Order: sequence, then C-alpha cells, then structure tokens
Amino acid sequence: MMDKKNTRVYLMMVLPALILFFGFHTFPLIQGVFYSFTDYRGYGDWNFIGIENYINVFKDPRILNSYQFTFKFAIVSTILVNIISLTIALGLNSKVKFHKTLRGIYFMPNILSILIVGFVFKFIFSVFIPEIGQSFGIEGLAKSILGSKDSAWIAIVIVGVWQAAALNVILYLSGLATIPEDLYEASGLDGASKWQQFRHVTFPLIAPFFTINMVLAMKNFLMVFDHVVALTGGGPGRATQSISLLIYEDGFSGGQFALQSANAVIYFFVIVTISVIQIRFLQKREVQM
Amino acid sequence: MRNKTNYITTILLILGSIFILFPVFITIVNAFKTPAETAQSILSLPSTWTFDNFKTAIEMTNFFKAFGNSAYVTFFTVILTILSNSLVAYAIARNLHRKAFKFLYFYLVSAMFVPFPIIMLPIVKQMSALGLMNLNGLIILYVVYGLAFNTFLYTGYVKTIPKELEEAAIVDGCSKWGVFWRIIFPILSPMNATVGILTALWAWNDFLLPLVILSDQGDRTLPLVQYVFQSQFATNYNLAFASYLMALLPMLVVYLFLQKRIISGVTQGAIKS
Repeated sequence: MMDKKNTRVYLMMVLPALILFFGFHTFPLIQGVFYSFTDYRGYGDWNFIGIENYINVFKDPRILNSYQFTFKFAIVSTILVNIISLTIALGLNSKVKFHKTLRGIYFMPNILSILIVGFVFKFIFSVFIPEIGQSFGIEGLAKSILGSKDSAWIAIVIVGVWQAAALNVILYLSGLATIPEDLYEASGLDGASKWQQFRHVTFPLIAPFFTINMVLAMKNFLMVFDHVVALTGGGPGRATQSISLLIYEDGFSGGQFALQSANAVIYFFVIVTISVIQIRFLQKREVQM
Repeated sequence: MRNKTNYITTILLILGSIFILFPVFITIVNAFKTPAETAQSILSLPSTWTFDNFKTAIEMTNFFKAFGNSAYVTFFTVILTILSNSLVAYAIARNLHRKAFKFLYFYLVSAMFVPFPIIMLPIVKQMSALGLMNLNGLIILYVVYGLAFNTFLYTGYVKTIPKELEEAAIVDGCSKWGVFWRIIFPILSPMNATVGILTALWAWNDFLLPLVILSDQGDRTLPLVQYVFQSQFATNYNLAFASYLMALLPMLVVYLFLQKRIISGVTQGAIKS
C-alpha cells in the first residue's frame, strides 16, 4: 500500500512537466513531420502530397547550397577549433605565469552573446581591417572579406572558432588535469621527445575529451545561426546561408512551410547520423590507442 | 624540469589572449569616442571619456526596457528550471527500474538530439494560437526545453544520493514531497548551481527563440534589440558600440566575480554529456 501511494506521488511529480513537454516539444515535432508530407504554406488550405517535398529538397538549389556552406563551415571550424584549443590547453597546462587570469580570458567568449560579438567582428572585418590594409598598402586586406562570395565564409569560421575555442580549451584542460605527473617523468627518463610524449602519453589519455569536443563542436557548428545573421545575413547573395537560416527565412516568409519542414526533418537525421558516426569512430580509436 | 616557469609559453599565451580581448577592447574604446575620433584612429583611446553615446543609445533602443525584459526572462527561467527540472529528475531517478519511468527518461533525454529548426515553424503557430507570443511564453519554452539536458544532469546526480537518507526521514513522518524539498533538494545544490549557470547563459544570450516568439516591440530582449537597431547603427558606429557594451556588460561583470563557479559549472555540464 505504501508503494502504491508513493507511485502516485512520483507520478504527480512528473505528470505536469510531461504534459508540458509533450505539448511544447513533441507535439510541434509531430506537426513538423506531418506538414512535411503536405503542401502547406503556413496558412490556408493544404493537401497531402506524399514524399514530393522530400524529392524537392534534393532538387532545390538553395537548399543544396545551404548544405554545402554549412558543411564546409562546420568541418573546417571543427578541425580548427580542436587544433587551436588543444594547443592553448597544453600551454595553459604547463608551468605558466598568470595561469588563472589567462584561463579566465580564454573562457570569456563562452559567456558573451554571439550575436553581439558577431556585430563587433563585422565592424572589424568591414571597417578596421580594410583600413589597415589601405594605410599599409596591403592589397589582400584592403577589401572587406565579407563583401566577396568566396571569402565571406572565412569570417564566419573565424568568429565561430573565436567563440567555440573557449569551451573546448576548458574541456581539454580538465582532461589534461586527469593525467598523473609521474607518467611524464617516466617517459622523460626514457628519452622521449616532447612530440613523442604528446603522441604516446598525452593524446591517448585525453582521447575521450577529444571525442566529446569533436562531437559537440560539429553538432553546434551544423546548427550555426547567430554568427551568420550578425556577419553576413546569409550573403553576399546566398553564399553563407546556413541550413537553419534558410529554414527560418523561407519557412516563415517564403511560403515554404512544408518544403522547409521536410528540409528540417532531413537536417535532423543528418545531425543524428553524423553524431553517431563520430562517436562510434572516435571511440573505436580511443580503444586502439 | 617541469617545475620551472615556462616563459616562452607564457608570452605566446598572452599574445593569444590579445586576440580574444581585441573585440572587447574595440567595443570599449569606440563606445566613448566621437565619430570623428574613430575616423581618425579606431584603436586609440578617446581624448575625453564622455557618456554621450550611452545616453543616446539608451534613449534610442529603450535600453532599460530591454534590460528589464532580459533580466525578467533569465531570472524566472532559472528559478523555474531549477525547481521543476530537479523534481522531475528526482522522481525519474528513483524509479528507473520501472519500465514507464525508464521510457520517460529516454523520451526526455533523446530530445537533446532534436535540432530546434524542426519544431520552429509549428511552435510559432502554436504559441500564437495560445496567445503566448510574449515573455512568459518564452520562459515556458526555456523551462520545458531545458528538461531534456537537465533531466540527464540531475538524474546522474540523484543516483549517487543514498536512499537511506530518505527512509530515515519517512520514518520520522515526512511525506515524499517533504523528503524532496527538505532533504534531496538541498543536497542537489552543486547541480542546481551548474544548471542555474547554464540556463542563465542560455536565456540571457539566446537570440533565435526571442526572434521567432516575441511579437511585441516592448518585449524585446537585449540581443534582439541590437539586431533590430542594426540598420540605424550602421551610420553611427560609436552609438552601436555603446549599445553593444551596455548589452555585454552585465554578463561580463557577473563573470568577473563568479569566474570560477561559472567555468566549473559549464565544464561539468559539458563533460557529463
């Protein structure tokens, strides 16, 4: 009897939250999937049209373009962010002066609004750097990189890496803190070089942190939105329109509610698939090392 | 060998930190300058530190209104998230051996993998139908969406709390609710802090959800205001920087004082995932 009463209390603890979660998360999710099989424009009548939207997703040049940009951006940023933050973390982990202050500075970007930081960077890219380029006569810098279809994405990578490195540095640092000091002493006595030490002692031991960082960074970069809005608004043309930005723009005001819903469903599967593949692959490597 | 200070690394790290601080530096010095001074040199310090830009920016963007909105949303999101999400996770963690609760756990946690754009279009229609295109609607969504990750964080923590503690209290005549609020909730404090910090950073800095959910001008949050005023700022950078600085400053000040807590909170949250 006691148990029954307890069960009722436990149910009362979860039920309100469960109902709200279903109503505000699962229900819209089902609706999104549902509308992806219709020709709904966001208002008015609609009909079932089967998987036509899904076929069109693969034919729509704007959607394909957004995937191309998003992947290019996410892959390059993920690699860069991991190289840079591991380097910084290794530096912070060695005997340095002002250790706490430096750590505090490197983590700061994580607490700032990326939209506002993006606006500041926009000024740096479009006004400050070209000015420097002009006054020193460096032709490569004299024009804003945001203005060209070929280079605008690099600016977004820079801002993305600037911010994401903060979290990754801290995560690598907590990984490095788990390595016992005597392991280095032992390998030091064996005459191992710094690089060998890193390759055979440090890296294998922080491999789980490498996995977390790769997966987290990739997943976050694939959802890039604020950076793009702040720096380019998706331009020039549609050169830097990310997948989320496209779903937002064309889904709300482009009358493509249904098509963009199908796009979002595919996007969902892409993110899950990539995360799972990354985890599988990287964990297998962890064991091998 | 490892006990000697590594000066080369220190210098390299300081040089690197300049790159991190540079945007903040640009923001601060130009927020105090006149357009003429900025045109002369972007990097130089202002000749006189005047607050004129701030005054104009405050009036133009209705800063205090936006600040109040951001503070309101962040405050209630954090409080309600900690109170509700810990309770839910507690009930789940104590019943994980049962199929229904185990299902519930995976149901909530798997939502972490659902990218927001897939629910973005329908949720806006739904919120509009419910008349919740306002700050309170925003708070509801943050609290509900936080459940996915926070259930995961809290459940792992509750499992480490021995059940004997509760049993003793029940013998003393405490109800299950009393057990949670008087015994479990205080023990959860370190996790409450982690969840509170992560939630505060999210609610304060978020841009996409306010962008799609808030319909009324008077409801705009700080990031949203910067976005809305972009076109007007384009003609006067100094005004823009004053406005950015005011929007960034509250979090910077909090960070200055709670740096250690914030770093450890965010790290814990990320490692658990």
